[in-house]
Amino acid sequence: MKPFTYSRPASVEEAAKAAAATQGARFIAGGTNLLDLMKLQIETPSHLIDVNHLGLDRIEKTEEGGLRIGALVRNTDLAADKAVRRDYAVLSRALLAGASGQLRNKATTGGNLLQRTRCPYFYDTRMPCNKRQPGSGCGAMKGISRSLAILGTSDACIAQHPSDMAVALRLLDASVETVGADGGRRAIPIADFHTLPGATPHVETALKPGELITAVTLPRPLGGTHVYRKVRDRASYAFALVSVAAIFGGDGKARFAFGGIAAKPWRVAEADAAASRGARAVAEAALAGATPTAQNAFKQQLTAQTLASIYRQKEA
Amino acid sequence: MKFDSPATTNPIDRGRVIGIPHDRIDGAAKVTGTAPYAYERHDAAPNAVYGWIVGSAIAKGRISAMDLRAAQAAPGVLGIVTHQNAGPLGKGDMNTAHLLGGPQIEHYEQAVALVIADTLENARDAARLVRIDYAPDKGRFDLAAERDRAAPPSGGFGGPADTRVGDFDGAFAKAAVKIDQSYTTPDQSHAMLEPHATTASWNGDRLTLWTANQMVAWNVGEIATTLKIPKENVRIVAPFIGGGFGAKLFLRADALLAALGARQVGRPVKVALARPQIPNNTTHRPATIQRIRIGADSNGVIDAIAHEVWSGDLPGGGAETAAQQTRLLYRGANRLTAHRLAVLDLPEGNAMRAPGEAVGLLALEAAMDELAEACGVDPVELRIRNDVQYDPEAGPQRPFSSRKLVECLRLGAERFGWNRRNPKPGQVRDGRWRIGMGVATAFRNNLVMKSGARIGVDAGGRVIVETDMTDIGTGSYTILAQTAAEMLGVPLDAVTVRLGDSRFPVSAGSGGQWGANSSTAGVYAAAAALRTKLAEKAGFPADKALFEDGLVRLGNQSQPLAQLAGREGLWAEDSMDYGDLAKRYAQATFGAHFCEVGVDIDTAEVRIRRMGGAFAAGRILNPKSARSQVIGAMTMGAGAALMEELVVDKRFGFFVNHDMAEYLVPVHADIPEQDVLFVEELDDKSSPMKAKGVGELGICGAGAAVANAIYNATGIRLRDYPLTIDRILGASSGHRVA
Repeated sequence: MKPFTYSRPASVEEAAKAAAATQGARFIAGGTNLLDLMKLQIETPSHLIDVNHLGLDRIEKTEEGGLRIGALVRNTDLAADKAVRRDYAVLSRALLAGASGQLRNKATTGGNLLQRTRCPYFYDTRMPCNKRQPGSGCGAMKGISRSLAILGTSDACIAQHPSDMAVALRLLDASVETVGADGGRRAIPIADFHTLPGATPHVETALKPGELITAVTLPRPLGGTHVYRKVRDRASYAFALVSVAAIFGGDGKARFAFGGIAAKPWRVAEADAAASRGARAVAEAALAGATPTAQNAFKQQLTAQTLASIYRQKEA
Repeated sequence: MKFDSPATTNPIDRGRVIGIPHDRIDGAAKVTGTAPYAYERHDAAPNAVYGWIVGSAIAKGRISAMDLRAAQAAPGVLGIVTHQNAGPLGKGDMNTAHLLGGPQIEHYEQAVALVIADTLENARDAARLVRIDYAPDKGRFDLAAERDRAAPPSGGFGGPADTRVGDFDGAFAKAAVKIDQSYTTPDQSHAMLEPHATTASWNGDRLTLWTANQMVAWNVGEIATTLKIPKENVRIVAPFIGGGFGAKLFLRADALLAALGARQVGRPVKVALARPQIPNNTTHRPATIQRIRIGADSNGVIDAIAHEVWSGDLPGGGAETAAQQTRLLYRGANRLTAHRLAVLDLPEGNAMRAPGEAVGLLALEAAMDELAEACGVDPVELRIRNDVQYDPEAGPQRPFSSRKLVECLRLGAERFGWNRRNPKPGQVRDGRWRIGMGVATAFRNNLVMKSGARIGVDAGGRVIVETDMTDIGTGSYTILAQTAAEMLGVPLDAVTVRLGDSRFPVSAGSGGQWGANSSTAGVYAAAAALRTKLAEKAGFPADKALFEDGLVRLGNQSQPLAQLAGREGLWAEDSMDYGDLAKRYAQATFGAHFCEVGVDIDTAEVRIRRMGGAFAAGRILNPKSARSQVIGAMTMGAGAALMEELVVDKRFGFFVNHDMAEYLVPVHADIPEQDVLFVEELDDKSSPMKAKGVGELGICGAGAAVANAIYNATGIRLRDYPLTIDRILGASSGHRVA
């Protein structure tokens, strides 16, 4: 681990300003991803800005009838929140499908949005990886790619986004509130928050240097039946091969978001529009433009089958 | 003491302490964090500094240049060990590759430097600054591609490369029912909780290693050979070990480099492998390709059986002896087994829990399931029909010492509710799940190894046992204390057991499931010698004296042990050595695994719903710790069936998924109810304990029961392990599973 300095600013504005002003600075919240990456020398920040004590740990109603979730709300607390369980059950279910109890106790809402890929080549500093070391190439594309993305990839990177929580937030049309280095505040729609790899896979979000996530807001509850179905290689504590977040309305309409198969939490308007035509139609729309490798082509069938399972259970 | 004729009645048969499900006596120390593990010997080496291993970035080739300047200048750095400054090193008999590589590189992540610094963080950071240029060579990383160049292996634990009895080809050709299938198993990682770790300290030319190692005496020799120093100058201390599964049988880079580092910086150095280093730096269970042919009559009675195995290893390495159980398990006059070893430049293959059988039975017991179906015979009944009470290669003149496979199958089947299984696949539904049941035989050789101990009674009447035996989480402390307590007639809490120190008598060590039976037999021998001394001191004839309640008794005379021990205490040392009983009798442990799975009709997710097994392994010394061994091994079998695989990148030549986020082992949610029945058995030809090994039996066949249950649930027969979602989906016709 590279030696680093540490500070604990008194306000979010101060934190953002310090982050922009300090070369090699990173925010630290729960640290469940960052500290691991630092030990592996994949992340080598020279300075950590601790945002754990900035009062960003509340869940409150918004004037619009939605929910405002502080960036430091722990995954465990968010999943257990009464309003979340009642009105945004898909979020609660997605959270509980992720990581382990111990990790969820530490992991935060803002940090989870920023968690990095599980691509094994990203995790070995001796291997080529454009995301870890821009320009070094991609070890995965012609290597071991079973767990990686089939959608939203580029010639530079086929890493998958590993978050469960973010898939539910994408489904719920959340927006990400931030404060910038200049003290300015903005709200970034979740659809725009994560960026596709393109030629710059090391850039993963729309955040500007120093910009700090302060909250995630959810619009008014949608009602309906909430589903989060995660399919993985063991029963718990594993990343998704495929995950599907869905909300079924009473009117035959539904919306879907997908995890484990794409470079970012994946949502396609055409898939929602196909809801009434059944699982197969939804899958076809969602998977349009997929570019799988031989090793992860099964994710297409598995996505369709997971949707089929969801439809079957809904009907049962 | 020599054990060369079957045991008769002895003090162990009293069963007052032996055979009782005692809690482990070291449990409190472990859960309170007071049991000292190798990396935490602040008590013994308070001024230790930290070493961090730099592993090779290539799989094969040469180091063309090393630049240590930046690392040496980094904060806190005290020294750097490389091949250039380590001095001349030998290689231990049991290592294949060199533990310190360079300039030649033999495998990915082979240690090429140790950076020593005042803190772990400084050592790790400086390790990043070691600059190495490599000249890579082309390597061989694909077992299937090298298969045709594989040759018969020489030596090793697995017996001859080829065995032939009768006329396999002729009998197979004529058989009414034929099975001819190939199976593959992947490379696997031990994934024990405690990483390889060592604290090393020199006092002049004398070296002490506090290390996580299963085999103390072996590795005194191995480190002495490697460092080219006399064995007498080495002390190894390994009282507590956080799991091994074979990973810690051998000298590894942590121990060698800690020793070299401590020599270079002139103070104790400790080294632990980081989790992501373990799969490629250390040993693993090698992948196999296995072909099985069985010829049977229409009732499923086997007349011809062949098992051929291909595996790979570095030049000079060994084979995965996956056909060894096939030599002994089922009847058949015409038999053939063969092992072939290819040269691969992947990291070193070696023993992992039940080497041979663990993966051999994944193939053989799946093939038996295929035979059962082909003959229309119930799979339990098929195995009973093919039971044989003697070594089928040697004939009736070499009977099994004890063999209760049939009892295990019958009792296990009854307990599991096997009669509720629908023999036709794909017939049972429970909501979104297709339900199936599978069975497999458990078989693991019983090995006995010479083992010694020293035992004494102190002035307070406390019994003390000392042996270099290790407890790798198995419960050695407790069964050795039970043995001493039984032999000397004292309660369990009157016994202190000291383990894992090369200053103690040499034991069998922990490996090959020989540890429990062999090491308790060693304590038995020492205790028998002490009984004689105590009886003589009491003036009683040794063969008439009774040891109970802390007294030596003869008729109505008695004397307390404490009094006989006197102020100096009274000690005896002996070892148990073995004659030719293992030659005259085939010795093995047996069992039957049963498993019920659900397979999701849409997604092909597999969930184990129940596992059950019945096992016959001689006297069960402690049913509680034995059950823990068996359920742990069944869990490992489930992992082998469903998820465990070191994935090979055949371009770069390394295991890609080298951490526990990507190398999956079962978690609690994967393992539901596990039922273990021990079938009563005493094996008087195994040792005076009449016990056999049980620590590995539970993994043997467990995975095949899972695979057979998946077939029964879905009608999908997969022969490439692990049986993952993509493979099941790929084999299913149409979109739904079965």
